[in-house]
Amino acid sequence: MDSTAFVMGCSAIGAGLAIIAAIGSAIGQGMAASRAIESIARQPESRGTIMTALFISCAIIETTAIYGLIISLILLMANPFVGQLP
Amino acid sequence: MDLANKNLALLFEVSGMPVYLTQSLLSTWIVMAVLILSAIFVRIKLRSFSPVPSGFQNFVELAAETTDNMVKSMMGDGFESLGGYFFSVLVFILVSNYTVLLGMRPPTSDLSTTLALALLSAGSMHFLGISRHRGRYFKEYFEPVWLFFPMHLMEDLTKPLSLSFRLFGNILGGVIIFELIYELFPFPLRFVIPSFLHAYFDVFVGALQAYIFTVLSMTFISLKASAD
Repeated sequence: MDSTAFVMGCSAIGAGLAIIAAIGSAIGQGMAASRAIESIARQPESRGTIMTALFISCAIIETTAIYGLIISLILLMANPFVGQLP
Repeated sequence: MDLANKNLALLFEVSGMPVYLTQSLLSTWIVMAVLILSAIFVRIKLRSFSPVPSGFQNFVELAAETTDNMVKSMMGDGFESLGGYFFSVLVFILVSNYTVLLGMRPPTSDLSTTLALALLSAGSMHFLGISRHRGRYFKEYFEPVWLFFPMHLMEDLTKPLSLSFRLFGNILGGVIIFELIYELFPFPLRFVIPSFLHAYFDVFVGALQAYIFTVLSMTFISLKASAD
């Protein structure tokens, strides 16, 4: 088998596996959003503060998913392994 | 399908390393020109301030006051002078994210732009922290015990990295999704259906990420440099 094709195919599989990191952040965002909605239902007058805190915490939770996305983008678009082939 | 940031022309060479005019660099220049021209326009239009604001002056004062109030509520006292900086960062990122609606490649889909913005935040964080706390600033690296010193160093490294990667990943993810969608759909479907997706991925996410970048920069700076 052609070695370049093998490396490219394995990189594509790795790119798919890297984005599995999004599972954790999706679960975390769901929990944060459900708690925020519960608090808004209990205290509708503090809606603005809760929404601001929710957006910021969602952005921080999202970071792990973004790291996975960056790794899969590197594997797809700027592959570091193809250049090392003999 | 080509997702890469294309080189348009060769600008100059630095000791054999070519520096290209890329698509995102071109749109950065366009955004800069638009912002500078609108700033000059506002300055000419508001040459004489009236004590009772009306019309256009009302709008400008609203924008400035909103950012000042945001700085005050997020960072506490002592940071009023940073309102102008955060306003320009917010407007630059917002306009940059919205250039994708005009078919340009947004400057924030280039890691160089977002890393530069994040390093500005990190640099001002350290500068303000040192200039306000002096020796106490370095003592905080060894608290509560000296064993935590590598962790504090790691935190300093990951703060600008996560700030820049968050903005970059969100905007580049949107760009890639639309490349895929326009590739996937047959020609007659390309007109109405993607506009709903543009409303979410470009308009909503663009505004949200600009807001989040600004607010997180404020939080990081006030954590290191607040006067308590």
